[in-house]
Amino acid sequence: MSLYSDKVMDHFQHPRNVGKMEDADGIGEVGNAVCGDIMRMYIKVRDGIITDVSFITFGCGSAIASSSMATEMIKGMPIEKALELSNKAVAEALDGLPAHKLHCSVLAEEAVRAAVKDYYDKHDIAYDPVIFGCDVACAHEHDHTPTEE
Amino acid sequence: MYVYADNAATTSLSPRALEAMMPYFSEVYGNASSLHTPGQRAAEALQRARETVAKAINADFKEVYFTGGGSEADNQAILSGAALGARKGKKHIVSTAFEHHAVLHTLDKLKKQGFEITLLDVHENGVVTAQDVARAIREDTALVTVMFVNNEIGTIQPIGEIGAVCRERGVLFHTDAVQAVGHVPVDVKALNVDMLSMAAHKFHGPKGVGALYARKGVPLVNVIEGGQQERGKRGGTENIPGIVGMAAALEEAVANMDRDSAYVTALREKLIEGLLQIPHSRLNGDREKRVPGTVNFCFEGIEGESLLLLLDARGIAASSGSACTSGSLDPSHVLLALGLPHEIAHGSLRLSFDAQMTEQGIDHIIRSVPEVVSYLREMSPVWDELERGQTPHLI
Repeated sequence: MSLYSDKVMDHFQHPRNVGKMEDADGIGEVGNAVCGDIMRMYIKVRDGIITDVSFITFGCGSAIASSSMATEMIKGMPIEKALELSNKAVAEALDGLPAHKLHCSVLAEEAVRAAVKDYYDKHDIAYDPVIFGCDVACAHEHDHTPTEE
Repeated sequence: MYVYADNAATTSLSPRALEAMMPYFSEVYGNASSLHTPGQRAAEALQRARETVAKAINADFKEVYFTGGGSEADNQAILSGAALGARKGKKHIVSTAFEHHAVLHTLDKLKKQGFEITLLDVHENGVVTAQDVARAIREDTALVTVMFVNNEIGTIQPIGEIGAVCRERGVLFHTDAVQAVGHVPVDVKALNVDMLSMAAHKFHGPKGVGALYARKGVPLVNVIEGGQQERGKRGGTENIPGIVGMAAALEEAVANMDRDSAYVTALREKLIEGLLQIPHSRLNGDREKRVPGTVNFCFEGIEGESLLLLLDARGIAASSGSACTSGSLDPSHVLLALGLPHEIAHGSLRLSFDAQMTEQGIDHIIRSVPEVVSYLREMSPVWDELERGQTPHLI
């Protein structure tokens, strides 16, 4: 199908890092079943580095591909760096998404941030709440321009 | 193996229709309005096609108007009914919540022009009743428009009973029969239908051609102004190859209908039984009151577009009413009209086929769908919550 780039189809058909993680340090879930997509992201953190990451996603081809790409992008990254992951970067890494599917990359960005926030909260790590200024559960209601921090 | 199971979207062109069309692209290229011999040969072909189409629905050839497809026929029928009603001060139209957008969007347009629209509930089984229609008809009802067969779930509406109610109450009755003609018997006289829309490409005719049946005495308004083509009701030089192809395809579909229906219904029943083995699945729409070859399922915990893409990769062409395939955030209005919650409607699958489907094709679908559904459920957080009892199963 030509709706999606080859990269999207590759990540959709062969998703990387898919599956639940039993001993995750942080879990973030964003989206809404009513809207048709939910992403759950699991991270494992050692010395401030995301050493492992996995996801499960309910959603369309681009939602699954965006999740998969986001996990590849943040694996091995320092946490602060992962927080800079933008939806635009995810979409670009996938060689673009159709305009009406861009919200899937937004969801991927939000899922990463939600997982990090959960990690911080669970481990009593202090953070500036401003970095999570937007409620991660509200992905659909906002016009998300990529966050340039 | 590639199995095409999306006939409700469109069908392949019948070889017989293609053969019938070929001369009208090349040798017989005249304009049917011209007086010279090439033009008159085109006019003769047009007339033969009109008679063939009329015969297939038990109409008179003068009651058949060729259009650029089913949507145009729907637009013209509804706008005509509305115009006629408005002249008598009647500005109320009765329809159903799960009509095709060619109908619903035309009704939206009329609403902005001051018409009042009643969209009937289609119940959990996707079948509106004649009693529902009778109750909705008022003194100022100009038109009733109810689809013959729903395009997404395949349920057949009681058109004959609704036609009888409308005739008795003196209300004009249109049916969008795009998914019915060529698939189930259609007799406009017996059904008391005043106007009926059809599209050639739904019964192995070419795309871009359809017809509107309008009973003698029903005045049509033009959607396309122009010359005297189609008794002055549809301007534009006739698409002779398309019209000839439509007639040939319809004649063939009607001739084979009895034999094909039995065969396709048997395949459909096998498919329904096979796919309902999947836990937490449901068949959408009445089990019995449906066309032979259209079925629609919901599978809890998964999303339709990813299901379609994975089925395509396994050689199965199907369709879905998920939001992602509809291009909006909302899933199919048809599934929502059945009362399904959004999260269930997102996980829908429509399979539609006819006598070209083979037993092997159905077996391939019955093998593949459960595998793909399980795979997607494995990676679905919605399914995870359902299975862990955090949210209750809805189906």
